[in-house]
Amino acid sequence: MTNSVDEVLKSDVLFVTGSNTTENHPVIGSKMKQAVKNGAKLIVADPREIELAYYADVFLQIKPGTSLALSNGLMHVILAEELQDDKFIEERTENFEALKELVKEYTPEKVAEICEVDAKDIIKAAKIYGEGNRAAIYYCMGITQHSTGTESVMSIANLAMLTGNIGREGTGVNPLRGQNNVQGACDMGGLPNVYPGYQPVANPDMKKKFDEAWGVDLSDENGLTLPEMMDNALRKSVKMIYIMGENPMVSDPDTTHIRKAIESLDFLVVQDIFLTETAELADVVLPATAYAEKDGTFVNTERRVQRIRKAIDAPGEAKNDWEIFMNLMNRLGYEKTYESASEIMDEIASVTPQYAGIDYSRLEGNGLQWPCPTKTHEGTRFLHGERFARGLGLFKPANYKPSAEVTDEEYPLIMTTGRVLYQYHTRTMTGKTEGLNNLAPESFIEISPELARVKNIETGDRIKVSSRRGSITVNAKVTDKISGNTVFIPFHWAEGAANILTNGSVLDEYSKIPELKVSAVNIEKAS
Amino acid sequence: MVTVSINGQKVEVEKGSTVLEAAKKIGIKIPTFCHDERLKPHGSCRICVVEVNGGANLPTACVTPVYEGMEVETESEDVVTARKEILDLLLADHPLECLTCEKAGECVLQDLCYQYGVEETSYDGARNHYEIDQSNDFYYSDQNKCIKCGKCVMVCDELQETHAIGFAERGFETHIATPLERGLSESTCVSCGNCVSVCPVDALGSKKKTKFRYWEVNKVRTTCSYCGVGCQMDLLVKDNKVVEVQPADGVNDRMLCAKGKFAFDFLSHPDRLKMPLIRKDGRLQESTWEEAYDTIVGKINSIKAENGPGAFAGLTSARCSTEDNYMMQKFMRAAIGTNSVDHCARL
Repeated sequence: MTNSVDEVLKSDVLFVTGSNTTENHPVIGSKMKQAVKNGAKLIVADPREIELAYYADVFLQIKPGTSLALSNGLMHVILAEELQDDKFIEERTENFEALKELVKEYTPEKVAEICEVDAKDIIKAAKIYGEGNRAAIYYCMGITQHSTGTESVMSIANLAMLTGNIGREGTGVNPLRGQNNVQGACDMGGLPNVYPGYQPVANPDMKKKFDEAWGVDLSDENGLTLPEMMDNALRKSVKMIYIMGENPMVSDPDTTHIRKAIESLDFLVVQDIFLTETAELADVVLPATAYAEKDGTFVNTERRVQRIRKAIDAPGEAKNDWEIFMNLMNRLGYEKTYESASEIMDEIASVTPQYAGIDYSRLEGNGLQWPCPTKTHEGTRFLHGERFARGLGLFKPANYKPSAEVTDEEYPLIMTTGRVLYQYHTRTMTGKTEGLNNLAPESFIEISPELARVKNIETGDRIKVSSRRGSITVNAKVTDKISGNTVFIPFHWAEGAANILTNGSVLDEYSKIPELKVSAVNIEKAS
Repeated sequence: MVTVSINGQKVEVEKGSTVLEAAKKIGIKIPTFCHDERLKPHGSCRICVVEVNGGANLPTACVTPVYEGMEVETESEDVVTARKEILDLLLADHPLECLTCEKAGECVLQDLCYQYGVEETSYDGARNHYEIDQSNDFYYSDQNKCIKCGKCVMVCDELQETHAIGFAERGFETHIATPLERGLSESTCVSCGNCVSVCPVDALGSKKKTKFRYWEVNKVRTTCSYCGVGCQMDLLVKDNKVVEVQPADGVNDRMLCAKGKFAFDFLSHPDRLKMPLIRKDGRLQESTWEEAYDTIVGKINSIKAENGPGAFAGLTSARCSTEDNYMMQKFMRAAIGTNSVDHCARL
């Protein structure tokens, strides 16, 4: 997030798009509802009529995969109504003319047709956002998990810059991070192209810096992304995969493809707290500690580095993940020992500019929000206050492109995926809580009343759902939360797994994110 | 700024502050049931009454604004008499089950009765008898113990914004209920447990899976391990087991969701991995760390010798700590020699 969570209550306009906040980030969802009660305007864009839609001034029930067109349409109206922030554009940005040119053709009528919403609602939403003094955008995987995911994010950033809604309290472009430490994992270089602190591996200066810090000659070649790893495993050019605390057999698209890839490996190591669906395929499984059994930090969605503390002993001989890697490195000839997680944080601070001012003694209390460049720096509540990281904010106009996955006669419906409140990701943890399993016992498919009528389907019917990748059988839930030919399946369950159906072969050109939110499917009553 | 005197001690506070806030500033504790600084003050429980300038009326500290020259007594004879009377009245319709009550040790009513020496009620009258609502999977509603402070209703309305519960009936019959008395499982309740966390007595209580007393546990502050909000919470630990989770101050403003509050069973689940496993004869078998390390290192060396570092890939984890992630990418980059490190940020 460019801004902070408590700023939800400082905004006068909230634009929530591709985020089912009350189910996936419940505490932030509640704050959004508080903000509405206090008088903030709310715009919601989502293929499903999520809870926040009931609180919205405008709800745009868009067709999955059309967010980019919607953003361009909103900018078209804002320019037509002269609601842009000319001073901000002049002083803080560049490439405005190209943006202006591109959005010219995105008339509300044209965008309404693409998104399958009412043109009047697009105009209304644009006016609300454009007239806001402190308008904030909140988004999640509904924006990113598309073949045009990166460009959709860029178009959201364009919208914020066009109206000067960035770099101030209560504004911003705020992706809600879905996992407890996805921010920390990215910050630490759990990505194939960057070292910790987003320092590119292909930049000779950065390579030199880390060569010296770590005392080795590092590779300057970008590594493989997760989908590329699986493809290379299938082609036998990747022989060994080491997985820590992840369950791609349930979380990744096209499970059949993932299984084949994993089975093609010479050697798979999985380090986890349970024998997950992925661990069952491993050659070696290592028992790791859970969050309550170790000291460390998680970095939340607002970049806040916060402590976790050892409260209980780990079961059996389970070890801390960092300790396992230290032991393996030492055995591989890389001699270095760490006594504690705190000592590792000191090394992190020494190589990561955003973390330079962070150490455990400073994390008591409420932690620190990076960037925190010095030991006396108090952390950063919102980014881009005085200037953007690159200097001027660059408008990156992008044209709408339809999803790569297309419907046809055989697969005429669009399936989108997501989470439910009472389960978490692949259920490795929540699946062990009886009460949650009572509330959300099994996989299901949401079907619109109109589609259910055509197909003669009722809630509770067993439904076979098929895509070009495979098929699953799940229970029907007929609901007006969803409309027309769009269906929804949560991806938590290994039984009736939505990811048997999703497409892993189409990736966003820039981020390599799979097009998880759009799969062409068909449904029929299971015999 | 306004200067007031509390128990003879002078304090300067901002205009518009309440007596309760002024007292807090100098460390003087005034008891409360219904007060919560996150909520609109409403002064309904009256236990925070204080004496002002020797006046006969005892205003409630939580809603009374300070003024210049105000002189407040928080434990005068009249105040203590009033508080004892309030406690006496509360006990007139509250079962004295403290020996077996789950809340014992963390019950505000118990603490205040102890503080003011109120052993039992002096009133002999009718008592309410409610059926305990056990329909929610994680907590119960025992209206026989409710003191009508209303904090649960306000948290559900003003903070959680779920509006699942409200006051029903009037007068002696007043109680907390779901619409049409249909029970928690039939309401809009999302099992966040934020009402349970603020209940000063045992009217709303977590269904404990392990029996414990609040004086037996250690509290350890940590960060929730589910979504990316980063809620702060305390783990209550007894005999090396997490037995309850309570929300703490932080980005979450002392709020949690159903997962953060109630889904900690996995920690002590019997299926937790306890030993390294190595695949032998086609199945995973328990082994030792030494053998596991040797197997992994042997395999890394042989694959590297034959195929180079490009044959390796690693997935770090959005679920593990920052330090764990740093060490894994360092292991992949510095010890194995590849940048093929990724994780499920894309999923």
